[in-house]
Amino acid sequence: MTTSNPTFTPGSQSGGAVKKRRRGLSMEHGVLYIIVAILAVVFMFPFFWTMMSSLKSIQEISKFPPVWIPETLQWGNYNKTLTIVPFMLWSYNSIFVVTLSTLGTVLSASLVAYSFARFRYRGRDVIFMITLGTMMLPAQVTLIPQFILFHKLGWINTLYPLWLPAWFGGGAFAIFLLRQFILALPKDLDEAALIDGASYFRIFWQILLPLCKAVVATIAVISFIGSWNDFVNPLIYLQLPEKFTLAVGLNYFKNQPEMGGEPTQHLLMAASVMVILPVILLFFATQRYFVQGIVLSGIKG
Amino acid sequence: MAAITSPSTVYQQPRVGILARMAGAKSKMESNEAKWGYIFLLPWLIGLIVFWIGPILMSAYFSVMEYDVLSPPEWVGIANYTRAFTGDKQFWPSLARTFNFSIIVVPLSIFGSLFLAILLNQKLKGTNIFRTIFFLPHLTPAVALAVLWVWLFHPSIGPINTLLGFIGIEGPGWLTSKYWAMDALIIVSLWAGVGGNTMLIFLAGLQGVPQELLEAAEIDGAGRWAKFHNVTLPMISPTLLFNLVLGVIGALKVFTLAFVATQGGPSFSTWFYALHIYQQAFAYFRMGYGSALAWIFVLILLTFTYVQLYSSKRWVYYAGE
Repeated sequence: MTTSNPTFTPGSQSGGAVKKRRRGLSMEHGVLYIIVAILAVVFMFPFFWTMMSSLKSIQEISKFPPVWIPETLQWGNYNKTLTIVPFMLWSYNSIFVVTLSTLGTVLSASLVAYSFARFRYRGRDVIFMITLGTMMLPAQVTLIPQFILFHKLGWINTLYPLWLPAWFGGGAFAIFLLRQFILALPKDLDEAALIDGASYFRIFWQILLPLCKAVVATIAVISFIGSWNDFVNPLIYLQLPEKFTLAVGLNYFKNQPEMGGEPTQHLLMAASVMVILPVILLFFATQRYFVQGIVLSGIKG
Repeated sequence: MAAITSPSTVYQQPRVGILARMAGAKSKMESNEAKWGYIFLLPWLIGLIVFWIGPILMSAYFSVMEYDVLSPPEWVGIANYTRAFTGDKQFWPSLARTFNFSIIVVPLSIFGSLFLAILLNQKLKGTNIFRTIFFLPHLTPAVALAVLWVWLFHPSIGPINTLLGFIGIEGPGWLTSKYWAMDALIIVSLWAGVGGNTMLIFLAGLQGVPQELLEAAEIDGAGRWAKFHNVTLPMISPTLLFNLVLGVIGALKVFTLAFVATQGGPSFSTWFYALHIYQQAFAYFRMGYGSALAWIFVLILLTFTYVQLYSSKRWVYYAGE
């Protein structure tokens, strides 16, 4: 992004006109700032309310009119949440699934993209077109047969259905993005290494993959967030609470309004905060890659 | 590379095996390349067959069967489809509800996203912070989103009705009222969606509008609206089409939000089509009927996408052509 100075346009205008224009623009900026600031408050308010609710006491949570900021911040709510539901177990399951599916997506998609981008063989372009076609298909169609497949394999109430498919190519979007990226790299690199006697796999692993770091990071972040936020798949495959990931665990917790005779709304809010926070932190750490990935997908489409 | 391989083709041909020739290789080197190409493709080839092509075929097969997973499937012909159209009390209503939802959410969120993108494109200081703030709802897991909005919409002690109370309005029951639950879900969808991918893609589109075109229009005396209408809008129309197609598909697929926030209720007022498929297939284990519903859904999505792409010839401008 180039940063230009929007308030001043050098030209043949007289000093007075420039001044006038400048004042007009800065007033306009003021109005814009007010609009953007109001919108920012609207967008942030639900988060603020959730955060505050998670720090209220049982009395404060159900008071009317509602308490905006709790008198003393009940950080103990978070501790209590970890024990009232198997939150640690759910977190472990989520981390397990997310790690394996992200790793699988990155490794297998880049290998497949390398094949599409650099090798010539019969059927390659047809298979690539079919690959792109899978992006158009809604998940509902494949969901039922996949469920039956995993059911026959005896994998209901296991985590396999949630991460194993990622190791078989990682999906069309990841393959597509990586292929475009590898196509843009000069082919001389591969050829020089090939003449020096490097194997194809070594060319991929030691030459191309390091050059793809940025796009691999993009895919890793998108895959991480997609897998962390996934609800439908764990909902279908996991029925035992001790197998839940955080997404379905939170839904399960939500459907238990009382536990041990006490309202748990404030604890539910604490659980929500703990489910949301990791994705937001990850986003802050990797914002550049993330935004780039979205934008790339939009421009290519 | 070509200079090396082509003359040797004649000599090498007999040594290339039958598999290599099937792969389209003429020389040993090309056959080696093809072999490794296939090896690296293999994970996806398996994935494509096991998780995509196989399931698509099986889904079509199940849609003419009655199947509850436990006993073997039984042929029923088109009975599943006729049942959907004539014998299922929730088929048409759930479809109508889904369209109803989409018809409001899609235009509002496209308009809202474009508005936010234009605001962010004014090069105000701190744009990055605002972009992040607008984007955060989109990152939030849909379950958490639903959970926290149920709390915000709480009829008696929720902050929304409290704020409405300050200005003298008695707030409705929102998610607990069958007249308001749909509106509440629309509000949540807009909050979650306008600052997301759609906005970022618009922003990229706006930044791709050539500055010299805008300046030329300005010199010709175009005002702000004229510049937007005659320069910016045509230039970003491909982006608009892309967002529209994805927006329609996304809205028609609405599931998690309704499933968690209202379970389709109260009294079916937010029972969307995707919930109906889920219930038939995974609560009642009617895999055959569920597959038929899924195929009807695919045809609807494809029709919408096709109509949009077809009509786009009239209103999308491609600068490259």
